[in-house]
Amino acid sequence: MAAALIGEAPPRSRRRRRWLPWLLLRLGGVVFVLWAVATVTFFAIRLIPGDPAEAILGGPGSQTSAEALAQVRAEYGLDQPLFFQYLHYLGRLLVGDLGRSYALHDSVLNVIAQNLGGTLLLAVVSLIVASLIALALAAWSTRGGRVAASIGSLLEIVAAAVPHFWLAISLILLFSSVLGWLPPVSVPGPVGLVLPVLTLALPLSGFLGQVMRESMLDAMASPFVLSARARGESENDVFWLHALRHAAIPAIGLAGWAFGALISGAVVVETIFARPGLGRSLLSAVQQRDVPLVIGVVIVVALAYMLVTTLTDLADRLVDPRLRVDAR
Amino acid sequence: MVEVFSILVIALLVIAAVAPGVLAPGDPLAIHPLQSFRPPSLAHLFGTDESGRDIYTRIVHGTGASLLIGLSATAIGVGLALLFGLLAGLGPRWLDFGTTRFLEVLFAFPGLLFALLFIVVYGPGVVTSTIAVGLATAPGYARIIRSQVRVVRRAPYLEAATVLGRSRTSRVIHHLLPNVAGSLFVLVTLGIGQSIVWASSLSYLGLGAVPPAAEWGAMLSAGRTYITSFWWMTFFPGLFIVLSAVVTTLLGRSLQQRLRSS
Repeated sequence: MAAALIGEAPPRSRRRRRWLPWLLLRLGGVVFVLWAVATVTFFAIRLIPGDPAEAILGGPGSQTSAEALAQVRAEYGLDQPLFFQYLHYLGRLLVGDLGRSYALHDSVLNVIAQNLGGTLLLAVVSLIVASLIALALAAWSTRGGRVAASIGSLLEIVAAAVPHFWLAISLILLFSSVLGWLPPVSVPGPVGLVLPVLTLALPLSGFLGQVMRESMLDAMASPFVLSARARGESENDVFWLHALRHAAIPAIGLAGWAFGALISGAVVVETIFARPGLGRSLLSAVQQRDVPLVIGVVIVVALAYMLVTTLTDLADRLVDPRLRVDAR
Repeated sequence: MVEVFSILVIALLVIAAVAPGVLAPGDPLAIHPLQSFRPPSLAHLFGTDESGRDIYTRIVHGTGASLLIGLSATAIGVGLALLFGLLAGLGPRWLDFGTTRFLEVLFAFPGLLFALLFIVVYGPGVVTSTIAVGLATAPGYARIIRSQVRVVRRAPYLEAATVLGRSRTSRVIHHLLPNVAGSLFVLVTLGIGQSIVWASSLSYLGLGAVPPAAEWGAMLSAGRTYITSFWWMTFFPGLFIVLSAVVTTLLGRSLQQRLRSS
C-alpha cells in the first residue's frame, strides 16, 4: 500500500487558501529560488581552477603580458574582494545585465536574445506534437482492449527510454540517407523543423502517454464516469468529455518536468542538427568554459522554469476546483 | 513474459560485463587499418570503426564500463536522495522546510543543466560526468523518498513501535527502512536505465568518457563526426544503450506493479 505512492506527486494540501496570500507566497518563493540559483552559480564558478583573467584573454597557454592581465582584472572587477564582486554581480542581475561573453565578445543578453527564439519555437512545437501523440497513444491503449494496452504501454516505455541523440541519428538515417525526404541538418523554414521536433517529441510523448493512460484508467473507474453512464451518455461522450479532462490534470502538473526535458533535449538536438539556439550556445559555452554565458543561460532557464511551474500551479487551481475549497 | 525477457537480456549484459571474452573473443583495441569503416557483414556483425576495430567486440567489452557508470551514477543519486529524503521526512518541521526549499532550488536547474554546470567547474571526464548525472538525478529521487517516508511514518505499526518504547534509531532501522526498501529498489531499477542514457548523452556531447576506451558513450562520441557516412559507428552502441534502458525500465515497472498489488 505504501508503495503505491511511488512516482506520484506528494499529496496536495487541501487547506483553503485565498488568492492574494497564495500569489504573494508564490512570488516570494520565485524570488528566493532565483536568488539561490544565482548565488549557487556564482560561487560554483569560483571553484574553477585557473585565473579568469587568463580565460578571458584566450585561456591558459596564451602569451599574455602582466599589464594586459591587470587591465582585464580591473575591467571585469576581478581585483576586488569576492564579497564585493558578489554584490556587484547581484546588483547587475537586478537590472538585467548578465555581463559579457568571454568567447563571443558580445553581451550575454544579446547572445541569449539572438538564440532564444529558435529554441522556444522548437520547444513549443515539440510540446504540442508530443501532447497529441501522447493523447492518441493513451486513448488507443485505454480503449483498444488488452492487446492494444500492452502494445501501447510497451511503446510508451521504449519511447521514454530512447536517448535523443540515438533517435536523431536513426531519424536522419531513415528520412535523409535512406528515403532522401528531409535534409540531415536543420535548414531554415518548416522542413528543417520536422526531424528536430520529432526527436524531441517522441521521448516526451512516451512519458506523457504513461501518465495520461494511468489517469484515464482511473477516471474510467471513477464515480463521475459511473454517473455519466447512468445518465445514459454514450461511451464516446463519457470518454471524450469526462475521462479526457481528468487525464489533462496530471499532465499539466508535468509541465515543469517537461520543460526540463525539452531544454536538455534541445542541447543535444540543436548540436546534432546544427540548429542555432540556446542549447547549442550552452554546450559551446560549457566546452569553452565561457563562464558569463553559462551563468546567463542557467539563470534565464531557471527563470523560465519558475515561470512555467508557477503558471501550471495557477492553471491547476483554475482547472481543478478541489484545490480551491475545503475538501475535508 | 516481459519480465522473463528483461531478466534474460540483463543476464546477457551481466555476462558481457563480467566475462566479455565469452561472447566476443576478439581484442576490442586491436587495430586493422586496412579494414577501417567496413559496413556490417558476417565477418563484422556491426561493422568496423575508423581504425578497423570490430564494433561488436567493442560493444561487448564496453558493457562493463557502461553499466558501471550507470550503476555508480544511480548509487550517488539515490544515496544523496536517501539522505535528504530521510532528513526531510523524519526531521523536525524546520528541517523539512529547509530541505524542501533546498530541493526546490535544485529543481530550478532542470534536466542536464546541473550536470553541465558541474562539468564546467570540474572539467569533462568519466568520473565528473558520472558524479554530475548522480547529482542531477538526486532531487527527483529525494522528493519521492520524502513523501514515501512521510506515508510510512504515519503507519499504525510505527505508532505501535513508539508505544512499545522502541528507540528512534531502532524504529528507523527495523520498521521504516524495510518498508521504504521495496520502493527504493524499484526506484534504483528505474534509475539505472535513465542514468545510462544521461551519461551516454554527456559522452556523446564529448563531456564524458573519451575514446579510444571501449565504452558505449565514448564509441558514440568517436562516431559523431561520421554520422551520415558511417552510421553503424553510432547506431549500434546507441542500440545497446536503448536496450539496457528499456529492459531495466520494464523490470522496474513490473516490480512496481507487484509491490502495488501486494
